[in-house]
Amino acid sequence: MLSALVSNSGLILALLGAALATTLAGIGSAIAVGKAGIAAAGVLTEDPSKFGKVLIFQLLPATQGIYGLLIGFLIISNVGLLGEAKEVSVVQGLLYFCAAMPIAFGGLISAIYQGKCSIAGIATVNKKPDQMGKAILLPAMVETYAILALLISMLAVFGIPNVTI
Amino acid sequence: MAIVQMCKISVYALKKHRKAILEFLQREGAVEIINSPSNDVFEVEDLSSQQAQFLKFSSVASQAWQTINKYCKEDKAFLESFNGRKNISSENYYTFVDNKDEIMSVAAEVNAAEKRQAELKAEIIKLENRRDALRPWLDLDVPMRFKGTGSTRAFIGLFQEQISREALLEGLAKKAPDIVFDIEMISSTTEQTCVFILCNKKHAEQAETALRALGFAYPQTPSKQTPRESEEILQKRIEEYRAKIADCVYTIEKNVGMRHAFKFMEDYFVMRADKYEMIKRLSNSQRCFVLTGYTTKKDAEKLESKITKRFGAYVELEDPGSEKNVPTVLHNNAISRPVEGVISTYSMPQRNEPDPTFIMSIFYYILFGIMFSDAGYGLVMTLACFTALKKFKGMESGLKRSVKMFMYCGISTMFWGIMFGSFFGDAISVISETFFNHKIVIDALWFNPVTNPMRMLMFSFALGIVHLFSGLGILAYKHIKSGHAIYAVYDTLSWYFIVGGAVLYLLSQDMMAGITGIKLPQTVGNIGGILAIIGAVIVLIFAGRESVNPVKRILKGAYGLYGITGYLSDILSYSRLLALGLATGVIGQVFNQIAAIGGSGFVGTILFIVVFVVGHTLNIGINALGAYVHTNRLQFVEFFNKFYEGDGKPFEPFAVKTKYYNIKEEF
Repeated sequence: MLSALVSNSGLILALLGAALATTLAGIGSAIAVGKAGIAAAGVLTEDPSKFGKVLIFQLLPATQGIYGLLIGFLIISNVGLLGEAKEVSVVQGLLYFCAAMPIAFGGLISAIYQGKCSIAGIATVNKKPDQMGKAILLPAMVETYAILALLISMLAVFGIPNVTI
Repeated sequence: MAIVQMCKISVYALKKHRKAILEFLQREGAVEIINSPSNDVFEVEDLSSQQAQFLKFSSVASQAWQTINKYCKEDKAFLESFNGRKNISSENYYTFVDNKDEIMSVAAEVNAAEKRQAELKAEIIKLENRRDALRPWLDLDVPMRFKGTGSTRAFIGLFQEQISREALLEGLAKKAPDIVFDIEMISSTTEQTCVFILCNKKHAEQAETALRALGFAYPQTPSKQTPRESEEILQKRIEEYRAKIADCVYTIEKNVGMRHAFKFMEDYFVMRADKYEMIKRLSNSQRCFVLTGYTTKKDAEKLESKITKRFGAYVELEDPGSEKNVPTVLHNNAISRPVEGVISTYSMPQRNEPDPTFIMSIFYYILFGIMFSDAGYGLVMTLACFTALKKFKGMESGLKRSVKMFMYCGISTMFWGIMFGSFFGDAISVISETFFNHKIVIDALWFNPVTNPMRMLMFSFALGIVHLFSGLGILAYKHIKSGHAIYAVYDTLSWYFIVGGAVLYLLSQDMMAGITGIKLPQTVGNIGGILAIIGAVIVLIFAGRESVNPVKRILKGAYGLYGITGYLSDILSYSRLLALGLATGVIGQVFNQIAAIGGSGFVGTILFIVVFVVGHTLNIGINALGAYVHTNRLQFVEFFNKFYEGDGKPFEPFAVKTKYYNIKEEF
């Protein structure tokens, strides 16, 4: 048992990274989309015609979860869990684990704050539907950091197979 | 591609033509009416009460058709709302207007019927509650008010608990041992027990005290009739009310044909209320009035001749000059025009600013295309928008503008998708490998960002620099136009030197060569370095040129130079082109892989189709939203930041603002 764990520790670490990327970013998006959905439903009780607008706000913080999924998928695909098995060294596994961290935590926290911003945007659109353009930009500012996290995670995951250790 | 020249228009006319002139202007929809100055002779009329009356009529009509829709659903074709307002023939227009009193009285009737039926429904609920309250008493065959015969005293009432006859008798025997009780249990539940108790009349008081001590209470609303009779009476009344409700519903439903008339009336009275709003902006003497407003230079002369000829009015046109609050109107070619909508959601440009729409639209399509970058998705988007434009001819102008914009964005997406070799992710190679056992790979026309992300990152930064430099270029143009050509050197050329020079210098360094794969000769790098230093010196000296105090000026200059961090973050911000482009492509590939898991059998094919359709639809939705939002961000934050003042006043002409009917032609 123990020796099996040790010999596969590279794979375990990589999978742990993939799991964290998907889970943490997913948790962030779930919290944010959930809260924004509550706010959006509130607006709909007054004016159902705003559905299209508030739905966009609810969806804005959904991207982090998808970015997390993306990194998670890239990692499990790279370590051969989807196709033919590959040899993953401990160092490589650890590298994958590290590569997953930016989107895991950047996604988690940026999603939550983007959700808050989206809720505020929903309130703006409720009172002033013509200010949609501006209101949608504010949550997008928060998303920048999720995108930056995704970028580094993605570049790292792409680069790891080239490292020979 | 410019900001349209505006014209101040003043109309001096007889008051008897006031209504006609305003109606004419409303149909033309080309003049924004502003408040006219008032003095001793020319006064502003307050017509708020008439206006409020019209708005009330409008809401009566609106309520009436909504009521009708509640009972008779309106048949609407799929995506009907894309079609915008209906056109109305002049014949119908006059039929409606001539019969407006009758239409409105029917509307009032419909609303009254709706109100009445709501009241009746509430009544029925009350009656039903009373009927239900009688249920436990139905076995009692005397009225609940029955107090006894000549020599007996009857107690009809209840206990708020479940209590058996034995327990009751026992309790009474303890409290009043001398009295003989006859107890009849009428009903008993866990919540209450209804009883009929009889005793000798001479013990009545004593008996009541004893009963009360045990928790006996009289029923709240005892009736003259026996409970069974009461129930029948209530039931009858409920039936009556139901019949009345049916009458009300019939009144509503028989007017279903009036739905369109009501909608028209809603529009018609809003139009009239709008007109009264405009009358408030006029100055009136006893016989004349003055109207002031803004219109575009293009429309001005046409309006002038029409108003003069038709109403014998005097029209004055003048150049608004540098007046404040003159609205901004943009005019662009067909490709750029759709992006005007995006600018107006941010802020309209000042009238003396250059119109950024054209340059912005080019970058808008490019940036959107790179972020979405999939030929398949672009194709879907273009086709969807194109079909919508063809199918729904009557689409409202605002929506039409957006749909057109997304169509052009779709074309750009297709282009970049071909450049980067993405068609529904890697659908072609996955499909050919899974179903035909022969992998066909269609290579990117330029390069594939998934396998070559660094190159894509460099391209994103380069495009970002071009975008930022265009913004700075507009700033230079503004300076030159306002006669301060030298400011263009201070504010634009200096930054071209700093950013451009720094890029050249970095590209000549070994460190960057490892990342970018480009190595410029050392001399070019040195020239870049020198240019950057020259630029920095210009900024240091001239960025604070408004200050006279030299110390302050240099400090301000240093602060201006600190803006270099802003440029750094602006350029890095374009990395989202890579990130979002990759996200679209890789998520698409993920869905393709999942779809292909089932193999090429029958079940596998079904699975493939389902996952493919659902997955890619999802991907299109989320990434189109992302591309839209982040294109806006790059435009508003990075690009506009370099030159845009904004805060111009949008043009709000007095026009027909109806919801359901397009009332444009002259009748």
